[in-house]
Amino acid sequence: MNMVLQQKTPDARVGQIIKLAVMAVGGQGGGVLTGWIEGLARAQGWTCQATSVAGVAQRTGATIYYVEMAPMSEQQPVFALAPAGGDVDVLIAAEMMEVGRAVIRGFVTPDRTTLIGSTHRALAVSEKMVPGDGIADADEVRAAAELAAQQLILADMEQLAVGQGSVISSSLFGALAGSGSLPFPREAFEEAIRAGGKGVEPSLKAFAAGFDAAQNGVQAPEKPLAKPAASLTGPATELGKWQALCNRVSGMPTPVQEMALAGLTKIVDFQDCAYGETYLNRLDHVVTLDSANTEWQLSATAAKYIANAMAYDDIIRVADLKTRRPRLSRIKTEMGAKDANLVELTEFFHPRAEEVASLMPAKMGAAWEANPRRMALLARLFNKGRRLRTHTLRSFLMLHFLGGLKNYRLKTRRHEVEVGHLEAWLKSSLDLVSTDYALAVEMLKNRRLVKGYSDTHARGLTKFATVMGAADLLRGRDDAAEWMNRLREAALQDPKGEALDGALKTVRSFV
Amino acid sequence: MAERSFKAEVEHLRKGDGDVFTGEGILAITKALLENGVGYVGGYQGAPISHLMDVLADAEGLLGELGVRFEANASEAAAAAMLAASVHYPIRGAVTFKGPVGVNVASDALANLSSSGVNGGALIIVGEDYGEGSSIMQERSHGFAMKSQFWMLDPRPNLPSITKAVKDGFELSEASNTPVMLMVRIRSCHVTGSFATRDNVPPPLTVKDAIANPQSDFNRVVLPPMSYVHEQDKIKNRWPAAEKFIVENKLNEVFGPEKAKLGIVVQGGMYNGLIRALQRLGLADVFGKTEVPIYCLNVTYPIVKDEFDAFCEGKDHVMIVEEGQPDHIEQQLGSYLYKAGRNLKLYGKDVLPMAGEYTGQVLLDGVTAFLKSAAPDMLPSQIRAPNMEAPAIPDLTETVPIRPPGFCTGCPERPIFAGMKLVEQELGKHQITGDIGCHLFGSLPPFEIGGATMGYGLGPAANAAFDGGGERRAISMLGDGGFWHNGLSSSIGNMVFNKSDNVVVIVDNYYSAATGGQDVLSSRAHNDTKSTGNPIKAALKGVGVEWIRQIDHTYDVGHVRDTVREALTTDFKGPKVIVASSECMLNKQRREKPIRNKAIKEGRRVDVPRFGVDSDVCTGDHACIRLSGCPSLSLKRLDDPLRDDPVAHIDQTCVGCGNCGEVADAAVLCPSFYRADVVHNPTKFETWRAGLRTRVITWLQERRDGKRLRLEKALS
Repeated sequence: MNMVLQQKTPDARVGQIIKLAVMAVGGQGGGVLTGWIEGLARAQGWTCQATSVAGVAQRTGATIYYVEMAPMSEQQPVFALAPAGGDVDVLIAAEMMEVGRAVIRGFVTPDRTTLIGSTHRALAVSEKMVPGDGIADADEVRAAAELAAQQLILADMEQLAVGQGSVISSSLFGALAGSGSLPFPREAFEEAIRAGGKGVEPSLKAFAAGFDAAQNGVQAPEKPLAKPAASLTGPATELGKWQALCNRVSGMPTPVQEMALAGLTKIVDFQDCAYGETYLNRLDHVVTLDSANTEWQLSATAAKYIANAMAYDDIIRVADLKTRRPRLSRIKTEMGAKDANLVELTEFFHPRAEEVASLMPAKMGAAWEANPRRMALLARLFNKGRRLRTHTLRSFLMLHFLGGLKNYRLKTRRHEVEVGHLEAWLKSSLDLVSTDYALAVEMLKNRRLVKGYSDTHARGLTKFATVMGAADLLRGRDDAAEWMNRLREAALQDPKGEALDGALKTVRSFV
Repeated sequence: MAERSFKAEVEHLRKGDGDVFTGEGILAITKALLENGVGYVGGYQGAPISHLMDVLADAEGLLGELGVRFEANASEAAAAAMLAASVHYPIRGAVTFKGPVGVNVASDALANLSSSGVNGGALIIVGEDYGEGSSIMQERSHGFAMKSQFWMLDPRPNLPSITKAVKDGFELSEASNTPVMLMVRIRSCHVTGSFATRDNVPPPLTVKDAIANPQSDFNRVVLPPMSYVHEQDKIKNRWPAAEKFIVENKLNEVFGPEKAKLGIVVQGGMYNGLIRALQRLGLADVFGKTEVPIYCLNVTYPIVKDEFDAFCEGKDHVMIVEEGQPDHIEQQLGSYLYKAGRNLKLYGKDVLPMAGEYTGQVLLDGVTAFLKSAAPDMLPSQIRAPNMEAPAIPDLTETVPIRPPGFCTGCPERPIFAGMKLVEQELGKHQITGDIGCHLFGSLPPFEIGGATMGYGLGPAANAAFDGGGERRAISMLGDGGFWHNGLSSSIGNMVFNKSDNVVVIVDNYYSAATGGQDVLSSRAHNDTKSTGNPIKAALKGVGVEWIRQIDHTYDVGHVRDTVREALTTDFKGPKVIVASSECMLNKQRREKPIRNKAIKEGRRVDVPRFGVDSDVCTGDHACIRLSGCPSLSLKRLDDPLRDDPVAHIDQTCVGCGNCGEVADAAVLCPSFYRADVVHNPTKFETWRAGLRTRVITWLQERRDGKRLRLEKALS
């Protein structure tokens, strides 16, 4: 080849360019952070260039800022306008899935990249709208980040900042300073915040928190010790009954105890100790069908879902929970209200004819439910949105009264329906124990599908019935339990049940 | 009131000879306009040049001092038409909008302007919205320059080059009597840097002076036979004049060694990316001193054949770096080479991809592929024979969810779509078209309402095929921005004229919100220099719409639902238009938050609402989220072994818009939502009354607590 040019050694000064990218969710103040970094570099006598892609990305979409800087020289260096895979020195990701996105895009490489990430989650719509649990797996992202980064700083930067009355840009800027990846002293960073001039004091505090997190790491929050058995107060007779119930739980197989105690607590809180006894009786029956060979899986599962089924969400429960004493102080803390502030509460209720009828005595309720004209009358009288201002006496008294109807609850139509449903579910599940233990466990777990109020609750019941009904198709197959699990997961994927229909079609194709 | 204020930065526009300006690209462009004696400016907002419009609006005081007229045009077409002032008068004018959708809208005026030719310099500053973060279809504005014969500048993306391009653009325009388009890419609009400033120059002839002495010349009117003459004039006179100016003033640049067997031709805007690729290959130093000759096209149209020929002299391999498709430049250069019968190998869209953004990695791969073929010895040894495997990093593409933009916290448009979703659950799915604007987010999950967008203000026009009616009425969305941009005539007028039986929902958030909250005709805000407060309803009546429903509080989901249902089911024949109005929450918060904080500090009574969820009442079915998608309405996992699914949770960013409660009510969801009004500086009576209530409530609670076991601690 007729070459005039030869290979050259790369210019060492190109290596001095520091390339820094910020990946954020719109509205997180990525622009402020970029402004600080730029101001810092210029104040330290470096030449610096920043770019961003604004546009609609600011409306909560993923967005990216990019900064390059180099020591000042006689000429202006040529900087790139966008980060390139394998060529980023510092990557700041302001949210855990943005950490993942940075890794996917190749901006984090083991040979050079310091990755500063916030572990908090701003859930994407696709994660939130799933009827089940659609939250993405942060541990997978963390594992990949550990492999991809040269230096990794992960902490809940959002919490560090909010704890100081500031926003995440400040704690991330602190972590950047603490990471030592820019050749500037801490004071220079703080000076950049002061030069910005807005919310300086809280920003500096959050900066310090971020700095410490980068330098000393963040202590993983200690796993809360197993909860001490609920310390209770109450009338002596009730406490005595409670102790007796706890003793019954202690007599159960060890793997069942934890869930049984949690279930018992929920049940007694929902109704009373006598109802707790009914719960334990039901559970005892399951235990007799179970054995240590299967590590008491059936009983532990039953302990959980029987409790959930018995503590159904009726008006009495909601009214009780809404009028309890600790609620207001919890809300005050959550809202950051000070002592001098007043907190006024508005509850959003929308009772339908169905709820009103379900509150009637069992026989009467059944009769009304069966009579469309009476239901229409109830709808006319009650079916409308009601805003209850529960800080006022009138609304509070009404809810307080409803919440106090516990003694009457077990006579209601709702209770009758719930008991019928519960017993049918338990029976069809437990009938399978002798032939297919694993399938029986899965059947118990299907109770998870029953949730929500009104229409959502009705849809949940339909799905529950559909999935339970599939037992007839699956019975006798080796993989019956596995398929039952798959059907349930499918039912939790979307509200309309399209995934469930698809999964059922598959099942029908092979039976 | 625009989303971002440039009041502070605008002071930098007063800098003069010997000063240095440091800041963002769009501000630098504004400064350059003033330094070059511009007489009038205008434009229409849109990413990435929204901020340029905001800067101009905030700089109106300074513009006035200099005698420069600023017009916030009704559309890109209106902006381009304004350049007509430069046809007869020796006044420099500049307009700005986004490309290529803005250029699409402006193309009628641009074509006429190009045919007429200009006397004063006419500059069209186009923010090319291409590549990452772009919100539109991926196309190039380049083709418009080719078809209408105006010139296109694509300067290197640094402030000195961009500001020089403004000066060059005006001079080139005047030297060739042709409008000039200055293209700035999405990142160069926001790139920061410095340049040496000059004094601002008032226009030698102001528009005010000009209308005192009106001029006209029918030879410039686009009518036969003059239009035939214009076409000849473009080719015979204006083009050669432009080429002469480009060559004599060295608008294009050549870098690197004079003698080499290979070279690269690059669009100015891609220069930095190319240099970075060469830097990474050890073929360019930190300042861009390159081992590979580069012909940098700061003017991408027209291509000066002689300059290109000279660059190719003695070369065997030439590569073209041209982002986007079609490959207009490559085709042109290939044609030159072929016709000259040259034996030179041309590279371009073979080593680089035909479509997609030329990112750092793409350019590195492309240049490497070019050199592997043209001069393999130049490549560093590890690229010729890599000896280290890149470490395997787990694939996260299945794990990490996509994060498209969506409605902001408290957005008044969310309840409109929640209401429509409820109607959909009731009456079934309808044919729905969207439009341009924030409301297009309604087409995304969780709402998935609207299946097409044909252009700004064209939502209802896009349903015109269904105007004849049928079993179910078609619905179209239209924003207030789109309504005034084009919608009133092209969409609403079209419906009235064609006796449409369909339904339009006009989302009126008081601003052109998606582009950054600029005022429009119907904005409620007082604006010193613009006429606001012109109701959409009045305009609708004016064009003959009879069925109009005005909703003044979109957060009333039930009302929205009932109104939409009524529009779909009424016996009324003819267009049915619902105007759903509530202020953009981003703007509202920006305006009200400081006022509120000040009031709290001053001891005045302020009520701050926020929503919450009782996590023990929430069952974790997430139905509320499927009717909302609010960023502040999220999920949290409870530390409760009995619970499988995360429950709804509202974080501290909630602005208390009310949507959650309304949806819970209208859709009959669940009673777990509550609104907490924190009253700051309550009145004495309120405090006394609250004390009384608390005493009674506490007494009742304690009485009940005394009779039962209290397990709250174990449960929470």
